Amino acid sequence: MSDTILSMRGITKTFPGVKALSDVNLAVLRGEIHAICGENGAGKSTLMKVLSGVYPYGDYEGDITFEGEPCRFGGIRDSEHRGIVIIHQELALASNLSIAENIFLGNEQATRGFIDWNKTNAAAAELLRRVGLDENPVTQVLDLGVGKQQLVEIAKALSKEVRLLILDEPTAALNDEDSAHLLDLLRGLREEGITCVIISHKLNEVLAIADTVTILRDGRTISTTPVSDLTEDKIISGMVGRDLNHRFPPHSPSVGEEIFRIEDWTVHSPTQHGRLLVDKASLTLNRGEIVGLAGLMGAGRTELAMSVFGRAYGANISGKIFKDGKEIRLRSVRDAIRHGIAYATEDRKRYGLNLIEDIKRNISAAALGRLARGGWVDDNEEYRVADGYRTSMNIKAPSVSSIAGKLSGGNQQKVVLSKWIFTDPDVLILDEPTRGIDVGAKYEIYTIINRLADQGKAVLVISSELPELLGLCDRIYTLSAGRITGVVPRAEATQEGLMTLMTAGQEAGK
Amino acid sequence: MSLAPTNADLAVDTSPSPAESGSSGRRFSINLRQSGIYIAFALIVLLFTILTGGDMLAPQNISNIIVQNSYILILAIGMILVIIAGHIDLSVGSIVAACGAVSGVLMVEHHMAWPIALVITLLFGAVIGAWQGYWVAYFGIPAFIVTLAGMLLFRAITLSILGNRGIGPFPDAVRTLSNGFTDGYLGNVGLGALGGADLFSLLIGLVAVTGLIVTQWRTRAGRARYGQAVEPVWVFVAKIVVAAVVIMFVIVQLARFRNLPWVLVLLAGLVLGYSLMANKSVFGRQIYAVGGNLQAATLSGVRVKSIIFWIFVNMGVLSALAGIIFAGRLNQANPTAGNQFELDAIAAAFIGGAAVQGGVGKVVGAITGGLIMGVINNGMSLIGAPSERVMLVKGAVLLAAVAFDVWTKRRAGASR
Repeated sequence: MSDTILSMRGITKTFPGVKALSDVNLAVLRGEIHAICGENGAGKSTLMKVLSGVYPYGDYEGDITFEGEPCRFGGIRDSEHRGIVIIHQELALASNLSIAENIFLGNEQATRGFIDWNKTNAAAAELLRRVGLDENPVTQVLDLGVGKQQLVEIAKALSKEVRLLILDEPTAALNDEDSAHLLDLLRGLREEGITCVIISHKLNEVLAIADTVTILRDGRTISTTPVSDLTEDKIISGMVGRDLNHRFPPHSPSVGEEIFRIEDWTVHSPTQHGRLLVDKASLTLNRGEIVGLAGLMGAGRTELAMSVFGRAYGANISGKIFKDGKEIRLRSVRDAIRHGIAYATEDRKRYGLNLIEDIKRNISAAALGRLARGGWVDDNEEYRVADGYRTSMNIKAPSVSSIAGKLSGGNQQKVVLSKWIFTDPDVLILDEPTRGIDVGAKYEIYTIINRLADQGKAVLVISSELPELLGLCDRIYTLSAGRITGVVPRAEATQEGLMTLMTAGQEAGK
Repeated sequence: MSLAPTNADLAVDTSPSPAESGSSGRRFSINLRQSGIYIAFALIVLLFTILTGGDMLAPQNISNIIVQNSYILILAIGMILVIIAGHIDLSVGSIVAACGAVSGVLMVEHHMAWPIALVITLLFGAVIGAWQGYWVAYFGIPAFIVTLAGMLLFRAITLSILGNRGIGPFPDAVRTLSNGFTDGYLGNVGLGALGGADLFSLLIGLVAVTGLIVTQWRTRAGRARYGQAVEPVWVFVAKIVVAAVVIMFVIVQLARFRNLPWVLVLLAGLVLGYSLMANKSVFGRQIYAVGGNLQAATLSGVRVKSIIFWIFVNMGVLSALAGIIFAGRLNQANPTAGNQFELDAIAAAFIGGAAVQGGVGKVVGAITGGLIMGVINNGMSLIGAPSERVMLVKGAVLLAAVAFDVWTKRRAGASR
């Protein structure tokens, strides 16, 4: 058990102007689950790209030894040939192909140049059984949820005789149930002798599953420690280089009168006729209040938020919206913005930002009219506004002319928040505001949210992470199968209590 | 799947100081991407000037290049906006023909006063654009399909209007707009060895150069006042000097020939107006937002559908304008007019730096792209190259331009 399957020594990788990795060492034991922790930008993904050959030999300094032999990979195919398979954070499945086709993509089960479908599907079924996915191999991948797609990726890796499996943030997009299943699966693979390297932000998972934890910070190895010697706080302090006694900034709320209320909000699916997504949901937001919305994946959290936000999603929407006690009708996103409502999406890259544009044009995008006179935009004023946000929101970029796509997740999120704050909203709906963001940046986002509440705005935070809601919110609504199943003040809220409400009436809902 | 690193992987939470070694290289590559098209244009002109023993830059030839390419350049302005918004328009050649036919019927057969006929024709173009814009924006059919259908549809309309004949001759005013020159309002002045030149044209040139210097300087000063980074003075001065020299050279050559072509005046106005619109107006900015990330624009309250709709209406109007100018130039509305113009306009936009995915592009870039094609056409015919070779070179240039763009992007990606 104690022989080293992989050792990376003195890895240094430089990009122009930035040293992404500096003399990093990593030793992974055969048959263990080895977690790599670090803030965004700490170099975790870069290290894995060096290992898997995305950055070919010669592009970095240092040595890699795998199973006792030195490795000089020229590309991913070389590393896969040796049994090193990486599963990226953004899944790379062809959604129009079947599960079986995806599993054997690039590795088709053919006889004399023709694909043997019986062989393909039978082999795929066997792999699906191994990963515990109860689906027909001919099912199209687009019909699967993210959790199941993740399992297909692992099945694909297993089809390649994997010896070292690398998972980059495997549970970031999964709900608790799917995450638990995935972690069980990884334990099973460990039994089979497959070594696993897992990159994760979710420290409770790391503690639950890993044997050894390597912490990276600013492109350097900080420590490699058996998990038994670690606690969440120890990992965090290693990652951020400072002791984070408080993961949430202190905040004393001053809650005012009601500002926003929805009543009997009902939303149907735009694609599946008649399917109810949100069922007579009612909730109230008060000035200066941070309100949480908890719910499992598929409970209808995002659907609720987006349908309220000018009917940006959903069909057959009914219900009433009140702002400052008066009923308002929001027919479009413009209406919603005009009425002082802002919605920051859960998927920054796809729905939140224009990644090819610079920071300032992203910040001005939702309120360009405020910078324009007679339809003409004042560039200089735009710069001044954006630069103001760069300072006040602590967006780390050389200037506001930097391209948004080149920023880290935390800084991208700050750009998104700046965009919405610039619309001067009274009500902000933040959907997973800290997803995929490192611990330090999360703290900053929480500080910003507190500041917004202190300005008398109402903030609705949607989050999959219960500790986040417990640490941040004054009141928490629970949503289950499209229904509001409870509202709990912060003082009375516990993870267990919320989870009970979040799973309440699931059967009735279906 | 892709070897290029994704954004999150290499994101760095510390702002690299500009003094670090790598950033100067990065800035150079960005500059190369933006100015590569102008450098390429200069080199192509230089090459043909040498090959033709200087005939390329002769007064009459410069005038010819402008007049012969005017309609493609007008189409390129509309096309770049369509492409920035993430769409394409394959029908512009047919719209050119249809609008030429309509203007011919009105002006020649019905003897309508030309300004009225012009306005009606432009409105006809707008209606065609609205038709296509409706299907693309509100009905959600890909522009490729809608305009492919339009390509056939509007050619069919042209043929039903004209049958197999051409209509002409066009009124003098329209021919002057297409082919004519400004009068020598102020007489000639001697330019020493260069001989006589039109004073009015020269003054217009000086006004243009002065305007350029003043606006550029004011922009720069405004930016500096807001604490924005501005390029070093020498770069700024060098750019202005080069631009001024090029403008004055073209103007002097034109003044020595037959003064300013009216289409050049028209084009200058369009380029100026549309550049301002694209860079500075709310509408223009939102075109980039729509092309850059449709969903993000929608969720930012941008009226996405309306923007796409009006982009196509605009394309229709500019196609109509190009149709009238082309008809005026041939002095005939012709059923085969505008054949393959869409390809030239699309090529101009992509050579000029537009991105296939949308969200990127400049009006001036498209104009430069169009001129590159024009100069290749013209230069190769001057040296007597057969038409198949011209096609070959144009195809190669288009491919090379886009390949260069992709390559610089990938390099910029890999060096992050």
